[in-house]
Amino acid sequence: MILRRPVFWLILVFAALMAFVPLHANNVSMREDLILVAIAIILASNLNLMIGYTGYVNFGHIVFYGLGGYVGLYLATVRSWNLVLAALTAGLVVSLFALALGMGILRLRGAYFALATIGVLQAVQSFVANFDPWGRSTGMYVAFDAYERLGGARHALWTTYFLVIGVMALSMILSLGIKISKFGLGLFAIREDEDAALVLGVNTTVFKAIIYSVSAFLPAVAGALMFYKNGMIDPSIAFEFMLSLEGIVMLMLGGKGTVVGAALGGGLYEKLRSYLLTSPKFSNFQLVIAGGLLLLVVLFAPGGLIGWLYRLVPRARKVIE
Amino acid sequence: MSGILASMIDGLLIGSVYGLAAMGLSLIWGVMDVINLTHGAVIALGMFGMYILFAAFPVNAYLLLLPVIAAGLLLGLLIYWIAVHWVIGRSQLSSLLSTFAVNMMIIGIGTAIWSTSPYNVNFTLRGITVGAYTFDGNHLAAAGAAVIIGLALELFLYRTRPGKAIRAVADNREAAELMGISSTMVLALAFAIGIALAASSGALVSTLFPFTILSGAGYQMKSFVVTVLAGLGKPLGALVAGVLLGLLEGAVTPFIAVSWIPLIEFGLFVVVLVAFPKGIFARATA
Repeated sequence: MILRRPVFWLILVFAALMAFVPLHANNVSMREDLILVAIAIILASNLNLMIGYTGYVNFGHIVFYGLGGYVGLYLATVRSWNLVLAALTAGLVVSLFALALGMGILRLRGAYFALATIGVLQAVQSFVANFDPWGRSTGMYVAFDAYERLGGARHALWTTYFLVIGVMALSMILSLGIKISKFGLGLFAIREDEDAALVLGVNTTVFKAIIYSVSAFLPAVAGALMFYKNGMIDPSIAFEFMLSLEGIVMLMLGGKGTVVGAALGGGLYEKLRSYLLTSPKFSNFQLVIAGGLLLLVVLFAPGGLIGWLYRLVPRARKVIE
Repeated sequence: MSGILASMIDGLLIGSVYGLAAMGLSLIWGVMDVINLTHGAVIALGMFGMYILFAAFPVNAYLLLLPVIAAGLLLGLLIYWIAVHWVIGRSQLSSLLSTFAVNMMIIGIGTAIWSTSPYNVNFTLRGITVGAYTFDGNHLAAAGAAVIIGLALELFLYRTRPGKAIRAVADNREAAELMGISSTMVLALAFAIGIALAASSGALVSTLFPFTILSGAGYQMKSFVVTVLAGLGKPLGALVAGVLLGLLEGAVTPFIAVSWIPLIEFGLFVVVLVAFPKGIFARATA
């Protein structure tokens, strides 16, 4: 039972704090900081389903976020849908897209799949940049009256913030739920030895396609919310390769394969990045530092921060999942 | 009609440069089972290497390939010791991520130095006119250089002792070690050669088109497509497959916008991987 896991309650407390601290302080700049942290956690947690659980590197995870943003923005502005409905539909559409795509490219094993995901990113970006209804390379804008339906821009920004926090909590709960399920065991089997898993009756192609599709849903919803909040979208910000990579750095830093690690890495890295971006000395070297960090973690601490904690306090495994 | 023909010939010439880039990727992949994700960044460094050298010594740009190749070999050894040596034998995930980390660092440093604005190498060879059409001199020279370097690699792999050692390690690392081959030296050498090939292809591209520090990514994708077309560990096959890809691009560009090309390449990549997992040159029985 998921309710008996201490981490489950930890997630709820964490999400509640994220939601109420900025509201209580009525601090808009804190809210803007935290929403980026929440997005980082959403991306890292869902990427973890692929990299950490299944052992498949997805270099193009950001595709889901960007496509979700496009579908959501299109529905919420051009079609004047309700924001929540638009975001959920975006999630569903992108998940189905991922399922169809996954059935094809997940026939590829290991590294070949990783290469294909780089291709997916470039292909989707070049498609969207040529797609007329979505404004080609200039993108789309949110007309100001779209915010009116949520009670004005000020109110709408808080609403989207709470929704994003909700998606963040759901992402972590989803990770936990999959980790303790039989489906999750199947994924771990694929990660450890795909041929053995196949022999033992795990339908690897279907499992991989499902997890690929599941890992697309919440990022797409988050993308729809986030780009609605930002008021605009274009192919270069929606499919920023850099963000896709930073997701991997976050996950490796925190500890792949663990629920808390993904969130911890996401939160820490986002804080580090906002520090680097605003510091005059380092603002040009954000990529160098991220790369260096990734290299150090891969070479010397493949388990990330949580792996290090496990080594230090073996009993922590029972609580911090 | 002559427009398509001209475009295809041009594609063929540029394709040999794609092939050269892919040879580097294919060699590293085949010998040590490492997918080198620094590839695109090194191609970009090759472009800027040529740019710097040409600014300092405005001689025939194609002569400057030699120092670029030498620098590429050194860079390759450096990257090998920093990021690859420690993950040999670990899961593929590790080498993917470690080479990727180096890629990020190179791009980061490059962006800090050169920003992402375009540069070009201002060197033009006279073209050759055949009938109504003039072949661009730079394209001819770049294709020629790519083919020469490619053949030189083939000779090296099949006619020299270090080349034989590389092939032996690629076939069976343990057996090669039992025969007294130091596999670490061989892996480092193969990696260095692969990086030098990538850098030299970047240098060649820089004489054809304007470039930015991010330009390598597109050529990296092309290299992946070419490598899977040719099948792993077949450097000469990669050269041929590169020419094929160039020819294909040349054949479609008169009809569709250039911005669609990544979509077509990706489609090709997936179809080939799913349909011919061992490359189109593999024998049916192999």
